[in-house]
Amino acid sequence: MNAPVRNDVIVVGGGIMGAATAFFLRKRGVSVALLERGLVGQQASGVNFGNVRRQGRFLPQLPLANRARGIWGRLNELLGEDAEFLPSGHIRVAFRPEDVTRLEAHVAAVREYGLELEMVTGNALRARYPYLAPGVLAASLSPVDGHANPRLAAPAFGRAAAREGALVVENAEVLGIEKDGTDFVVETAGAGTYRAPVVQISAGVWGGALSARFGEPVPIVAKGPQMAVTEPMPYRIEPVVGVASSIEEEGIYFRQVKRGNIVWGGGWRGPALPDIQRAYVDPMNTLRQLPMLRRVIPALGALRTIRTWSGIEGYLPDDIPIMGPSGKVSGLFYAFGFCGHGFQLGPGVGDVMAELIATGRTTTPIAPFHIGRFAS
Amino acid sequence: MADRTVVIVGAGPAGTRAAARLVAAGVRPIVIDEAVANGGQIYRRQPPQFRRPAKALYGFEAAKAEALHGTFETLRPSIDYRAQTLVWHIYDGEVHTLTGNQARRIRYDALILATGATDRIMPVPGWTLPGVYSLGGAQIALKAQACAIGSNVVFMGSGPLLYLVAYQYAKAGARVAAVLDTSTLAASIRAMPLLAARPGMLAKGLFYTAELHRHGVKIVRGVTPVAIEGTDEASGVVVRDASGGERRIACDAVGIGYGLRSETQLADLARCEFAFDTVAQQWLPVTDADGRASTPFVYLAGDGARVLGADAAEMAGQLAACAALRDLGAMVSDDEIRELREGLAPMARFRQGLETAFAWPARFAAGLPDEAVVCRCECITAGELRSVARDKGAPEVNRAKALSRLGMGRCQGRMCGLAGAEVLADALGVPVAEVGRLRGQGPVKPLPVNTEMAP
Repeated sequence: MNAPVRNDVIVVGGGIMGAATAFFLRKRGVSVALLERGLVGQQASGVNFGNVRRQGRFLPQLPLANRARGIWGRLNELLGEDAEFLPSGHIRVAFRPEDVTRLEAHVAAVREYGLELEMVTGNALRARYPYLAPGVLAASLSPVDGHANPRLAAPAFGRAAAREGALVVENAEVLGIEKDGTDFVVETAGAGTYRAPVVQISAGVWGGALSARFGEPVPIVAKGPQMAVTEPMPYRIEPVVGVASSIEEEGIYFRQVKRGNIVWGGGWRGPALPDIQRAYVDPMNTLRQLPMLRRVIPALGALRTIRTWSGIEGYLPDDIPIMGPSGKVSGLFYAFGFCGHGFQLGPGVGDVMAELIATGRTTTPIAPFHIGRFAS
Repeated sequence: MADRTVVIVGAGPAGTRAAARLVAAGVRPIVIDEAVANGGQIYRRQPPQFRRPAKALYGFEAAKAEALHGTFETLRPSIDYRAQTLVWHIYDGEVHTLTGNQARRIRYDALILATGATDRIMPVPGWTLPGVYSLGGAQIALKAQACAIGSNVVFMGSGPLLYLVAYQYAKAGARVAAVLDTSTLAASIRAMPLLAARPGMLAKGLFYTAELHRHGVKIVRGVTPVAIEGTDEASGVVVRDASGGERRIACDAVGIGYGLRSETQLADLARCEFAFDTVAQQWLPVTDADGRASTPFVYLAGDGARVLGADAAEMAGQLAACAALRDLGAMVSDDEIRELREGLAPMARFRQGLETAFAWPARFAAGLPDEAVVCRCECITAGELRSVARDKGAPEVNRAKALSRLGMGRCQGRMCGLAGAEVLADALGVPVAEVGRLRGQGPVKPLPVNTEMAP
């Protein structure tokens, strides 16, 4: 048995949260080992919709989302790779007067967090988005948000972290984490043993089993987003479009990528099986999404769906993540369970967690996400 | 048995024989098929207004084609036949179908997948030019539509279809500029003891070759494809011959193909287990001798399970139906099953012979220039694939797909998946079995956004 590899920090889980944390730790000169059971960015980080969206969030999350948005803007230069971030705008559209009222209230509420949204209605709405169905009453526009390619972003963070000197170990399933004096000892299945005084758990839905080992169980459940993509058509739809509705089934969202395909998700979530690391799209969900898509842009009916996919996301009952220090074990940190809205936050989470680990504090408020809220 | 829902996907030789056996046991199967008419690819029927005799369409196989078509006609009142219907997904014990833009779902007690095969393609620079067809496509044009893909055609690749299609074109009056076979005569000779398992088939193969010689068609063996040339359409083929010299053959159309690949996506969506088949050099669903897949009450028959040809498919279809009937509690005699199994044994030996004589040219993947397109839907080149293997650490095909877009287009990797795996394996320096297979995802073929649930 080889001697354990010692670092300042071990990050367990190589999704976008873990990979970004490792990257920003290196930027701060902290030594780090990133342990990933499979390949970096293979689970929720790699299969999500790719929304770089701030509007519609839980308000106290906006400072974190703003910090993340800042990083998205200089991601290519930071990582030396293109994750296809396109700040093409993001609109939420409403079909009912009560949903318009809700959008207006949100536009007013986010202003104090520094997020400037614009309500677009009437002739301006038709002029700017001529493809929207006549039934759309209004849109709230976030002009500098947009979308990126989730298949590329987390792996790019992983490679950049490695280039910056992080030890990135793929195919390293963590079997056990023990506290040995001031150090944690992390044992993997055949990929070595690692020691560090600090551990961050950023293992998505599987993070729940790890936090429970330290006496901090959380009621996390796995669900699968129901994603699909059409064949390409000429690039016409610039903003990401989401339907603002209190009816879950109506909540379709879609984006057109530069090469022309339209990616969508939304509506009901599907079954996810974390034990075998697979999640499926229920074809009935796809069939239910199709009329919702046509409801927003009728012309999309002329296209064909070429692929559907899902992945495993971790959800908490209050729909916000676990993020911050452990409430029980010193040196232990968490960043998991992002409830299907973590992709945009990812770079910001990495930056904030690196700051927190390296300096003991963070300038961005994350108190609402503390694991202690589930302590009984 | 009459109350059981048995769904058969495919109305070719395997699907038809499966249906016949189920009807004999008192089941009224639902037979779903994408085509306008039954027959599958090999016994594809011409449009109703066409009047060519069976002998002209099917040659030596005319009697078998007519018998199969006759069986299907007899079965029509006893089956629920859904033509022009795509099975786009299988999920949770239900088959999801699409007819026009109408979606339906059918809960099944047993499901027999007789989905057939398509051409196996190894790219060559220029293979996406207009005028380049797969061998199977070239044959269908002739058989179904009485059209030739060109008036001066090169056929290139390997496998029995290469010679059969070239012969059919020559016989139909098209000029065959050349038959360029990537396998060697020595390989054919090595394969003889295995091919002798089906002397009739072997004799037919020799007949086609002799006929091509009689028509003055140039046959070159042991070639290495270099490029298909042309600006707006194919105008010539360049190969290196066995002595290393380059040959350039002018033409106005090209048919390419290297044997067949099983259409296994539905088995994948039904969550059947797969294993790498060293004879076929492909990942195939695992079945027992009678066609039972690992997923309960799912059965595979015909070329969709493994490519053994039409005669074997007829037997395998009946056998799969017997297996399904037994599992559903019906009586099936041991003698019937034994006889079918014994009938299939020489088919498998012959298949091994074919793969020996006309091996899949995996070696060409290494020689593909970086700029050659591998995935034609997404325009992904060999160089891009090599780059994700080497620079981005893609150890298997699904990761390579995520990082490069290979196999993400309309065909979902059905056309490029096997060649893409070879390029990746070569770049990584590992056997092709180690890079795995593209995971199937619905829809198997494109699903219109204007699809509606049928009332």
